[in-house]
Amino acid sequence: MQENDIKFLEDSFKKYYFEHFDLIRVPNRTSEREFGFQKFNSGMTRHISIKDDKELHLLLMKNIPSDVYCSNACYSFPNLPMNEKDWKDADLIFDIDAKDLNLECRKNHTIYKCNECSEISTNSNNCSKCNSIKIEKKSLPCKNCIDASKNEVYKLSKILTEDLDVQQNDIHVYFSGNEGFHVYVYNSQFQQLGSRERSDLTDYIMFNGVIPETFGMKKFKPNRLSFPDFEEKGWRGRFSKEVYGSKSKRSKIISELITNGYSSFQKTLEDISDKIGSKIDPNVTMDIHRIFRLPGSLNSKSGLTKIFCNDLAKFDPYIEASFLGENSVHVMANCPIEFKLKNRKFGPYFNEKVSVPTYAAVYMICKKLATIS
Amino acid sequence: MLALGQDEIAKYPFLADAGQYLKDKGFTLEQFGTDPDLKSLVEKAFNRIEVAADGKIYHSDLIGDQASNQAALPREVFSFLLAIVLLKLSGMTTLIKRFALAEARRAEKYLEKDLANISDESKKQLAIRIIDDLFSVQVKKQDDYFVIPVSDYLKHSINFHEREWKLINRHVENGLVFLTPHETVRLIRKELGTYISSKIINAKTPPMISGFEEPVNKLISMSKKFTTFTITTGEYPPCIKHAIEILEKGENLPHSGRFMVATFLLSKGQSVEEIAPLFKNAPDYNERVTLYQLNHLAGTSGSGTHYSCPSCEKLKTQNLCFAIPECDNIINPLQFGKKRI
Ligand code: SF4
Ligand SMILES: [Zn+2]
Ligand SMILES: [Zn+2]
Repeated sequence: MQENDIKFLEDSFKKYYFEHFDLIRVPNRTSEREFGFQKFNSGMTRHISIKDDKELHLLLMKNIPSDVYCSNACYSFPNLPMNEKDWKDADLIFDIDAKDLNLECRKNHTIYKCNECSEISTNSNNCSKCNSIKIEKKSLPCKNCIDASKNEVYKLSKILTEDLDVQQNDIHVYFSGNEGFHVYVYNSQFQQLGSRERSDLTDYIMFNGVIPETFGMKKFKPNRLSFPDFEEKGWRGRFSKEVYGSKSKRSKIISELITNGYSSFQKTLEDISDKIGSKIDPNVTMDIHRIFRLPGSLNSKSGLTKIFCNDLAKFDPYIEASFLGENSVHVMANCPIEFKLKNRKFGPYFNEKVSVPTYAAVYMICKKLATIS
Repeated sequence: MLALGQDEIAKYPFLADAGQYLKDKGFTLEQFGTDPDLKSLVEKAFNRIEVAADGKIYHSDLIGDQASNQAALPREVFSFLLAIVLLKLSGMTTLIKRFALAEARRAEKYLEKDLANISDESKKQLAIRIIDDLFSVQVKKQDDYFVIPVSDYLKHSINFHEREWKLINRHVENGLVFLTPHETVRLIRKELGTYISSKIINAKTPPMISGFEEPVNKLISMSKKFTTFTITTGEYPPCIKHAIEILEKGENLPHSGRFMVATFLLSKGQSVEEIAPLFKNAPDYNERVTLYQLNHLAGTSGSGTHYSCPSCEKLKTQNLCFAIPECDNIINPLQFGKKRI
C-alpha cells in the first residue's frame, strides 16, 4: 500500500477510535487477557497486557493499529511468552465466514487483483495483462452472503442452547467486520476445555464423523425400532425432520433406508451434514491460544466495525457497521463491482477518478480497489 | 477418603490406606514373612501378580458381591496389599504396570455391577462417588441411563480412537451425555489403571522383609520374560506405532486396526507366535482365537490365502492413519522408511 493511502487510513481509523471508543467492548477479566495489534504494512505485535479501558485507549491512539486483537483465553501472565503465560481458561468462540459456505453468489462478486500490474480481472489463475501469478482474491460480500452466514449462526445457537445447555443470553454474536460473524459463548461448562476436547465439540456442531449406528442403521439386520423419531432431542430429532420430512413419510423412508443399505446410509449422513450441521471454522474454535479481533475495533479488510448484533434478523452490516466520516475524498477507483454502504450505492468504477465519502473511500482502499489521488 | 465397608474394600482394595489397614487388623508386615499361617497369603499375593502378568484378571474368592466366607474378605485385601509390597521390593515396573492394569479391569467389573445394581441403592451410590472423587466425572442417574456433563465426557472420550466415542455419536441432551453403566465405567478405564499404578509407584518401598526374598526373586526373573515383549518400533510408520501403543495400553483397537498390525508384522517376517503376545492386553483377548486368526491371516491355515497390509488410502478411511512428513509418496505402510532411488 502506498504512503498516502496508509496516511489516509490511519487518519480515518484514529478519528474512529477517538470518537467511538464507547463501541469497544473491553472484555471482562481484562488484565488476564493477551492483546495484540498490527499496524498498516507491518507485522503483528503480541503478548501485550492491558489493565483497563484507559490503557487500551492509549494504545489505540499511540499506535493507530490497522487491527486489534484480544485473547479468548485468560492467563496468569498474559504478557509472557506463550509457554510461560499459565493458561487458565478460554471463552468458547466460533467463526462463521461467508467464504467457507460455497455460495453460488460468490462468483458474482469476487475479483482478482494482480499484485504486479494492478490489473483487475475475473481470472483466478494468472493476470490477464502481464501473466503474473501473484494475484489476490478480493470479494465484496453481498446480502446473500450475509443471510447465509446468519443462517449458520442460527443453527449454531440452536445446537448450543438445545443440546449443550448454553443460555441464550450467554451467546454474543458480532459481525466480524468483513464477511461473517464471530460468536462468543460465556459461562459455559466448556470454559476449561483444551484443544482436543474442543475439536470433538466442533465435530458435534458440524455434524462430522457420524456413524450410521447412531441413527439406528446397522450393517446386519437393522431394526426399524431403533430409527430416530421427530420427538427426540438433539441430532436424532433434527435427522428426522431433515430425512423424513413429515410424520406420514417416516415409515416409508425407513424402509427405503434399510433397503438401500449401510453405505448408502453413510452417504445420506454426509449429504445432510452440509444442511443440518453448522459451518463453523473448526480451527478457530479449537485454538485456545488465539487472539481474536477485539469487539468494536475496525477490520482493516473493510474499514467496517466488528460490531455487536442486537437483533441478528434485522442486522444489516452495510448500515450498522459503517462508522467512518462523511467528508468527501478524491480517489482513483478500479472497483468493477457495485456496493452499498449506509444506504448509498457506489460503483461500479472502472479506473476512474471519483469523489466519495470517507467511509466508501476507506472501504475500497482497504479492498485495494482504489487509491488516494 | 471414602468410608468403606469390609466387602467394599475387598472389591476396591486400592482405595484402602495400606499401613492403616494392617494396623487396624493388628498385623505387621514382618508377621507375614514368618508366621506359617500367614505365609499362605504371601503366596496368594504372588499368585495374584502372576495371573496379572499373564494378562488375565485375577479370579477372586468373592462370589458375586459376597465373600464365600467371612474370612475371605480380609484375605482379599491382604493379598492385594502384599502384592504391592512384593512388587515394590522387586522394583519391576513392567510388572507393576501389568498388575495395575489387571486390577483396574477387575475393579471395572465391580464398578459396572454396582452401577447397574437396582436393588441396592447404597452400592450404586458408592460406585458413583468413586467415579466422581477419583476421576472428577459427575455421574447422575436418569431413567435407565447415567448422565454426565458433556465437558466431563470429552475430557475422557478424546483418549478413545473409535468413532462411536465421538460426541456426535452419543445421545446428548441439556448439556449431558447419556451412557450405560458399561460405557460409564469404560470411559474411565485408562484413568483407573493410571490411578492404581500411580498409587503403587508412589507407595513407599519397605526394607526387605525376611521370608519375602523368594517370591521377590521369582518376580524379578518373571519380569525378564516380558522384556522381549515390546517389539522395537523404531522403523515403523506412525499408524503401526500408534496401534501397537493402543494394544500395549490394553485399550480396544478396532478389528481393522488389529488386521493392519498383524498383516504388517507378518509381512515384516515376524512369526505368528511372536505377534500373538501383542494382543494379550486387549480387553477381549482369547489366546486360541487370536492364534487362529493370525494363522488365517498368515495363510498357514484354512484357505491358504495370504493377506497383505492395507494401503494408506484404505487406512485413512478407517481413521487409522496418522501421517507424518516421512509418509509422503508412499502408498502402503510397508514402504515406510525405504528410500526411493
Ligand atoms: S500414510 Fe501410510 S504409513 Fe503413513 S501413517 Fe498413513 S497409513 Fe501409515
Ligand atoms: Zn498483472
Ligand atoms: Zn454473496
